Amino acid sequence: MSLDTVAIAQLTPDNKQPFAELGLKADEYARIKEILGRRPTSSELAMYSVMWSEHCSYKSSKVHLKQFGDKAPKSDALLVGIGENAGVVDVGQGYAVTFKIESHNHPSFVEPYQGAATGIGGIVRDILTMGARPIAVMDPLRFGPADAPDTRRVLPGIVAGIGGYGNCLGLPNIGGEVVFDQTYAGNPLVNALCIGVMRHSDIKLAKAAGAGNLVVLFGAKTGGDGIGGVSVLASETFGAGGSTKRPSVQVGDPFVEKILIECSLEIFAEDLVVGIQDLGGAGLSCATSELASGGSGGMKVALDKVPLRDPSLSPEEILMSESQERMCAIVEPHKLARFLEICKKWDVTVTAIGEVTDGDHLEITWNGEVIVNVPPRTVAHEGPVYNRPLAQPLYIDEVNSQKVNVPIPTTMSEIKAAVLKLAAAPNLADKSWVTSQYDKYVQGNTIQSQPDDSGMVRINEVTHLGVAISTDANANWSYLNPYQGAKLALAEAARNIATAGARPLAVTNCLNFGSPEDPGVMWQFAESVRGLADGCLEMGLPVTGGNVSFYNQTGAVAILPTPVIGVLGVIQDVRTRTPMSFNVAGLDLYLLGDTYEDLAGSEWAFLHGERVGQSPSADLAREMRLIELLLAGHQAKLFIAAHDLSQGGLSAGLTEMVLRHSVGADITLENVGVGLLSESPGRVVVAIDQSKSEDLIKLSKQYAITLTKIGSTGGDSLTINGCVITLDELRTAHTSTFPKLFG
Amino acid sequence: MRVGVITFPGTLDDRDAARAVNVGGATAVALWHADADLKSVDAVILPGGFSYGDYLRCGAISRFAPVMKLVIEAADKGMPVLGICNGFQVLCESHLLPGALTRNSDLHFLCRDQEIEIVNNTTAWTTSFTAGEKITIPLKNGEGSFQCDDKTLAQLEDNGRVIARYVGENPNGSRNLIAGITNERGNVVGLMPHPEHAIDPLTGPTAQGLGFFTSILNAMVK
Repeated sequence: MSLDTVAIAQLTPDNKQPFAELGLKADEYARIKEILGRRPTSSELAMYSVMWSEHCSYKSSKVHLKQFGDKAPKSDALLVGIGENAGVVDVGQGYAVTFKIESHNHPSFVEPYQGAATGIGGIVRDILTMGARPIAVMDPLRFGPADAPDTRRVLPGIVAGIGGYGNCLGLPNIGGEVVFDQTYAGNPLVNALCIGVMRHSDIKLAKAAGAGNLVVLFGAKTGGDGIGGVSVLASETFGAGGSTKRPSVQVGDPFVEKILIECSLEIFAEDLVVGIQDLGGAGLSCATSELASGGSGGMKVALDKVPLRDPSLSPEEILMSESQERMCAIVEPHKLARFLEICKKWDVTVTAIGEVTDGDHLEITWNGEVIVNVPPRTVAHEGPVYNRPLAQPLYIDEVNSQKVNVPIPTTMSEIKAAVLKLAAAPNLADKSWVTSQYDKYVQGNTIQSQPDDSGMVRINEVTHLGVAISTDANANWSYLNPYQGAKLALAEAARNIATAGARPLAVTNCLNFGSPEDPGVMWQFAESVRGLADGCLEMGLPVTGGNVSFYNQTGAVAILPTPVIGVLGVIQDVRTRTPMSFNVAGLDLYLLGDTYEDLAGSEWAFLHGERVGQSPSADLAREMRLIELLLAGHQAKLFIAAHDLSQGGLSAGLTEMVLRHSVGADITLENVGVGLLSESPGRVVVAIDQSKSEDLIKLSKQYAITLTKIGSTGGDSLTINGCVITLDELRTAHTSTFPKLFG
Repeated sequence: MRVGVITFPGTLDDRDAARAVNVGGATAVALWHADADLKSVDAVILPGGFSYGDYLRCGAISRFAPVMKLVIEAADKGMPVLGICNGFQVLCESHLLPGALTRNSDLHFLCRDQEIEIVNNTTAWTTSFTAGEKITIPLKNGEGSFQCDDKTLAQLEDNGRVIARYVGENPNGSRNLIAGITNERGNVVGLMPHPEHAIDPLTGPTAQGLGFFTSILNAMVK
């Protein structure tokens, strides 16, 4: 193929261009021509096509995501908000914490190991780019049925990929989720969250300021892997008989990434960059256009200077390549020598490929000939925006009008069978098979990790300051009522960090949905965003950023709406955290919160093939009172243990508590069947010393939270209304599911 | 007393090892793989990680690092050297210790709290323990299965050079449940589990790993 330059494009306005093959619609192509006043060159077309893809441009979601800004609560904690690589919050003592979740769903279905591995790599670079040292990762995962043959291909590969990459980076994996449902068959969800920490003064932004400053590319060489990864893979629905698209998946090299992290942190520490951007989705197209539009807009890049792994790559391919482990920095000329020296120490490939200009165009040359000359904002930020049609799907009224029809255990043998069935259910069973493949100890600051309610890491060894984070989604509730589902997930994530004694501070999200071209899916999405924005406003928690993943569907069947919500909180002294379980007998167990007949969307209903009824309604005022109660109780050193109740209700919650340290409990419930199985939101089980009961009663009155004594700790069984389940049989049920399924 | 902690490209547990050294009462000194001197340290730790990505055999490239030449010379003269996990692999590749660490028998990376028994408490790194003492510290690796030929195994067993064994089910297929070994002189120790992650119950399963880092002080006093 001969080189297509701006000069040629001007002379040949009628050349036919493969815009549709690159994923652009006819009107989008027309708009590019209008912006440029000519046809785009093939390189420009490549850039616009990847940057205007759904994944990069958020063209279907933008009009809805605006609400996170419009409804943003006033927060003093937010240092950097939506729009940068990741949001940054103030956690006190001069520390800033940055965190974000991203999806790597489509690549992980095509090539589970590399898809999941590069998902970790990408989110870690986003965090690093903010100037922060990455300190932990988390992975909310969703798969097709646990016993489906394809799940046996996808799950082990994804888990190994997350471990293989994350372990090699030296990042503790401190939590996540593993959930199974038929709708994720063919559409596994691989969401990756990373947390980083820095001093306030170290925050870096993606902007190319200062004419004459250099554009420096460092890290791995550019190869032909992942060309068009985001536009090809993440922006359309998989057909039943299509090609495998394997070449579109990037291949990760965690060793290079680890070196890149250490090298970058050393560069940041010496204040050698003006702006920085990682190369992820859309590669150089994204990095150059975003950096340029973050500054005044002017930048010149000599593309032929980019170091290549494959010398046969065309300029278009170099612009679209999503080769991993690359960063792009803006460096003042007098600091370049030191920059190069640090790269040399770490054996990192580094090349100055261009400079910032005082113009307003991004100009890219290939051996001296101009192949790109565009206003960078039109590539990076002014892509198409769609107000896609949305309509409440027909199923909503149908399922909402039905009543859940499941057996409620009443006899001793029924109670025992129900508790054991839930303990062994794939969605609730022990996840050690997964988490034992992740390093949770590295860096030596992990305070909590799976199976605790939240992940917690210490950020200062002297002051004991720490952060806690939890990710949650309840797709069954979101299916029945996406507005409530998003609010309930937010409340759950916040509660999960408050049980440990951390105060919720900020929110990130990963919104996983089917095709936005389906009005029903679009409605689910719009309702979820509205719910989350309303919820965040009410709870006073700012959304710091997030990610949207559409097209998670096979044919006409979309995944359950799955908005994964992450809440970050701060704890002043990690040594005082409240653990999720007790290791002594003789403590009193209390339930905080009200239990209703909330079986719609519950795990018990799921196990009986029922996905009907009405989801609970979030009462966020009460959730906030519960959180304040938990924090006050933590402050007063009232709780020996506190554990959130969610999927699987009290049955699952008690199972997890008694098995944690092999100390049993004797429980008495008034309405035992519903009491065990209901998933009414806003409930926490706490263990306290018997002498503290007056204090707890006082707190419950002060915060108007219902308090019920449900039993006491001790023994080697979980006994419920006289029904004895030995810890041994409970443990066997809980721990054998995964090894049985996955070997 | 100064204990060097070597960082190779891809080393991960260097800061943890340095912290453990300091908590144990010695002073940690950072050593870089390309260093041309050992900065007058009295002992050296090769920490865990994935040096050079471990894309070849684990530790196979690190053994050629400039600093390793100095470590081998010093070890031959009796300097205490502790290799943890990837460090153990590097010591085997350097022939400071016999045998090799291969893929875990179930082929998965495994991170869990592991009980081990200290079998030999006379090495430079184990005198703080009693013989037969059982401790629980993290095990985390993908290639932790200790293998060697029968002759070497007999030599190790007959001369008390096995310093620690896994208790209970074999976690990775190591011969004779071997978790750690020493050289003939007892100054070089390789250990697969991670004592540096068990120096404080707040961040590890126990504080029982600290013994390795206090032992080295005893060794110097002698």
